[in-house]
Amino acid sequence: MELTSCTPQQAADIRRILDAAAGSPGPLIQVLHAVQGVVGYLPADVLDYVADALYLPKSEVHGVATFYNFFRLDPAGKHTVTVCLGTACYVKGGAKILERLKKELGVAEGRTTADGLFTLDTARCFGACGLAPVMTVDEEVFGRLSPTKALAILEKYRSSTEDETAGSREVTHTAKVAKGRKHEA
Amino acid sequence: MERITVKIDGREIVTSPGRTILEVAVEHGIRIPTLCHLEGLSDVGACRLCIVDVRGQLVTSCTTRVADKMEVLTGTDAVRAYRRTILELLFAEGNHVCAFCVSNGGCELQDLACELEMHSVTVPYAYPRHRVDATHPRFLIDRDRCVLCGRCVRACGEVEGARTWNFAERGSQARVITDLDVDWGTAASCTSCGKCVEVCPTGAIVRKGESNGEMRKKPEVITRLKERRTHG
Ligand code: SF4
Ligand code: SF4
Ligand code: FES
Ligand code: FES
Repeated sequence: MELTSCTPQQAADIRRILDAAAGSPGPLIQVLHAVQGVVGYLPADVLDYVADALYLPKSEVHGVATFYNFFRLDPAGKHTVTVCLGTACYVKGGAKILERLKKELGVAEGRTTADGLFTLDTARCFGACGLAPVMTVDEEVFGRLSPTKALAILEKYRSSTEDETAGSREVTHTAKVAKGRKHEA
Repeated sequence: MERITVKIDGREIVTSPGRTILEVAVEHGIRIPTLCHLEGLSDVGACRLCIVDVRGQLVTSCTTRVADKMEVLTGTDAVRAYRRTILELLFAEGNHVCAFCVSNGGCELQDLACELEMHSVTVPYAYPRHRVDATHPRFLIDRDRCVLCGRCVRACGEVEGARTWNFAERGSQARVITDLDVDWGTAASCTSCGKCVEVCPTGAIVRKGESNGEMRKKPEVITRLKERRTHG
């Protein structure tokens, strides 16, 4: 079977991983782990290939790949947006933020937008509960959010990407934080 | 053969070890509500409706084995109240609008609501929006009516051997899927045997062409099939 989603080198690596796993009991999780290490995510044709090679039902392979947070079915987007659903953030409306972002970005948790710009993730507490509800974009932390504020922040990332493409200066680290802080008032 | 004595609702019962509380109870005419259990399939303890009290501990009777001198209470007020709450959560987690369901009148979830006297749902509804898949030529799945009992997964895997169904995702996103979450009609592993249809306790997996309240299922065909394979 042709693995159209990866390079020939990656395909060869995947074959090597599967050969090494042959015969070992319950190899699925380790194999998926190693394969994701090679490709960066788990494309559908690779999952199909893994299922056949290990004689496992495809439904089980998909089940395992979607059960564990660690595995991703899309390549990571340019920015990873992580909404906190820890207790403090949940109580302060973290779930509403997530719902709104899912709707506006048109993706489920753990997936990447079609334009490859954002991957939407969730976490259980960043240790910044005083700022609840909290979301991070890559390494930046944004606190005291509302669904509308969260969306506005993503809009800025979107337009700064467009600016970048247009050759403008990138928003600096401090500027991004300041933008987030402004929303706390 | 080793014999043990258990007490269920005050009745002394002599039985053998290794059997589940549910098996022993059923054999002695003691009714315990169940949903994910189906005679002929393995037990997984998914629905929690069969809980009983074992010396103050709540355990699922379909997966807990009897032990010598075990004391089981199957219908205390507390146990009944817990079962009702579990049932309410199952209703609230899906969109079970019985009046507009092909399985109305032939649904195990609905029957349990009557049996457990669930008069209303006191927890907030989740109103999920799961995908309906009508791509299979003869069957369809309305996932909003799925209670994640896993009977389809086990019937398809353990009895038919196709292993088309499995669970994907977790928590409120959890759902049953076919193959790599493809449209059921394109799932290469499905033999279209219809076993998942017969065992699904609700109006989630149904035959096409049935209208409101018409769908009737025969989960016992799977029980018989398994018996014949084991003893025949
Ligand atoms: S029709 Fe048979 S093979 Fe197909 S999914 Fe249902 S139980 Fe499995
Ligand atoms: S589709 Fe039916 S049998 Fe399968 S898990 Fe859902 S309710 Fe149970
Ligand atoms: S709960 Fe969100 S940061 Fe602690
Ligand atoms: S019947 Fe025992 S947990 Fe469902």
